[in-house]
Amino acid sequence: MRHIISVLVENEFGVLSRVAGLFSGRGFNIESLCVAETLDPTVSIMTIVTSGNDTIMEQILKQLNKLINVIKVTDFREMDYVSREMVLVKVNAEEKKREEVLRMTEIFRGKIIDVSPKTYTLLITGDEDKIKAFLELLKPIGIKELVRTGPIAIARGEKVIKIKEKQIKGGEDG
Amino acid sequence: MKKTGSQIFVESLKMEGVDTIFCYPGGATLNITDTLGQSPEIKQIIVRHEQGAVHASDGYARATGRIGVCLVTSGPGATNTVTGIATAYMDSIPIVVFTCQVTTMLIGNDAFQEADIVGITRPCTKHNYLVKDVKDLARIIKEAFYIAKSGRPGPVLVDIPKDVSAQSCEFKYPEKVFIRSYQPTYVGHAGQIKRAVRQILISKRPILYTGGGIISSGASQELIKLAETLSIPVTNTLMGLGGFPGNHKQFLGMLGMHGTYVANMAITNSDLIIAIGARFDDRATGNTDEFAPYAKIIHVDIDPTSISKSIKVDIPIVGDSKNVIKKMLEFIEDEKESLKEYKEGIKDWLEQIDKWKREYPLTYTKNKKLKPQHVIERIYALTKGDAIISTEVGQNQMWTAQFYKFHKPRTILTSGGLGTMGYGFPAAIGAQAAFPDRLVIDIAGDGSIQMNIQELATAVQFNLPVKVVILNNGFLGMVRQWQELFYGRRYAWTHMNFAPDFVKLAQAYNAVGFRVEREEEVDNVLKEAFKNGRPTFIDVVIDPEEGVYPMVPAGAALRDMLLV
Repeated sequence: MRHIISVLVENEFGVLSRVAGLFSGRGFNIESLCVAETLDPTVSIMTIVTSGNDTIMEQILKQLNKLINVIKVTDFREMDYVSREMVLVKVNAEEKKREEVLRMTEIFRGKIIDVSPKTYTLLITGDEDKIKAFLELLKPIGIKELVRTGPIAIARGEKVIKIKEKQIKGGEDG
Repeated sequence: MKKTGSQIFVESLKMEGVDTIFCYPGGATLNITDTLGQSPEIKQIIVRHEQGAVHASDGYARATGRIGVCLVTSGPGATNTVTGIATAYMDSIPIVVFTCQVTTMLIGNDAFQEADIVGITRPCTKHNYLVKDVKDLARIIKEAFYIAKSGRPGPVLVDIPKDVSAQSCEFKYPEKVFIRSYQPTYVGHAGQIKRAVRQILISKRPILYTGGGIISSGASQELIKLAETLSIPVTNTLMGLGGFPGNHKQFLGMLGMHGTYVANMAITNSDLIIAIGARFDDRATGNTDEFAPYAKIIHVDIDPTSISKSIKVDIPIVGDSKNVIKKMLEFIEDEKESLKEYKEGIKDWLEQIDKWKREYPLTYTKNKKLKPQHVIERIYALTKGDAIISTEVGQNQMWTAQFYKFHKPRTILTSGGLGTMGYGFPAAIGAQAAFPDRLVIDIAGDGSIQMNIQELATAVQFNLPVKVVILNNGFLGMVRQWQELFYGRRYAWTHMNFAPDFVKLAQAYNAVGFRVEREEEVDNVLKEAFKNGRPTFIDVVIDPEEGVYPMVPAGAALRDMLLV
């Protein structure tokens, strides 16, 4: 089953490689991985889309937690969340197709961010289903290139994924 | 006060109480070598190969319970440590490995003797560091020692570029470590422990299955108390040997692939397994689908990833073994009535266990040839179970685990998880460096000993009187045994057609060499070797086709043992 997990990590050299190495070394699957700094510049957040049965997922979460530089691991399946992905796509836009591409982009509330005589470059954001539907419709027109960020996710409502008090102040063993 | 990186390094080691370091020099170590060379308070054992340095620090750590430390140079010096680090990682042994690195300006340049050792060892260290600024050095050393020993212990590597060891900065050794992302759980969840105790007290066929966690948390006395309070039989993993006295009447021996009949039968038929500090490794469980089909499982481990990894657990308890067992004993104390009933209820089980014990005790076929098991029985008898024993890997290791009854923790040094041939000899050297007056014996095979035989020079130079008993069968015996059983006795690659004369070889190194060919010579030679105060090789020519039994074939269930 597909899971989106978020991993708060120390914003340090080599951390990405530790996380990626963990997945490859233990044969876990990474569908996409997106990483950037948070509001606190010492912390980065990784959003990883992965899959596995319950036993594998349990191992993935525990093994990530075990890495020294990992501060917190959250599986979005345990809560309501919203997720979005951004896609840049370069499509065929020769004379006859230009109108159709434009219309479709409008319907999906995308944007045309670059134009050439033969191509349009489109930007679209959305959840998995929307992006899938959009790309299916574009396929017959001719997708020349596709770049995706992979999904990022955030909890719905007031819930916030943050560092525990104990981790800020120091635990009993610290 | 300002100090150079290499002075900070040495001062930091002293602050950590390091008394011994295993090293090998090179271009990149020179600054540190020079400073350490003027610091006689830290004993410096110079090995002959960097792998030996890591295994020696690992042996030191296992034997003492303290952190083992080694230091090597960049490039090949660093890559030579990988097997040793992976060995310590698999067995959760606290060591700190210092590698030196080319100067920071040259990193990434394919410089002479450059290797990305931090990248290479990421998957086999608990954590590792590249020190990019001398100002970070003291803090990183403090963190490295803390991480190595706390939680589930393991190896930590610190890579120090040559310019960092030369630069200066203000030195103040940090008093405390705080790593917000690393806070191991020591205290088990009281509710879970209570549930576990209730489950124990209603069980009819319970068994304690304990591993290396008992040793690393120093929970041996607590384990004995728990086992005796509950009159419960105990089996150990290879890593757990010595955690429960091998001569205790409740001890069943080791379980698993070469475990005893009674241990494997007891696990298979139990209705409750109390696993403490063990990780259900494949060599212990056999086929996991058929592992302990009737048992509920309580699992105590400090590492949450070990729980429900290969075997689904009913009552998980994350915490330090010693803490959790103490808490269990407190709760049992409150349940005097149930304890009485429980003891009535397990009587049949204990009888059954005794029956299994009597039916198929550990044994071997005695014929005219010299048997390795006999040699180990004699070593046990002569040392009264009071020596530090290291092993290599293969048949020598399993015979030792079966026939030497380890009485106390930290008396067996063996590569359990990684199964590293060549581990035992340097590990024995490390233990001997920590305990100059104790008897340290490496039980080896003629194959394994040749993997780090160069360390004989170290033993002689530093006057470390390790005894190496080579069970010489002219084969890579364990692999040969599999060929015998599963590959139609075609002994490809495993027949060592040539081996050096180990007696002459020892003499060439100015060590002592003996050869034993007959049973009646065993005692005299061992006695002489044990008291000669010098590094000694004892080449014991054994029955070449002796096997290790019982044996659970790979992929089979524990109850399907091949017996003698």
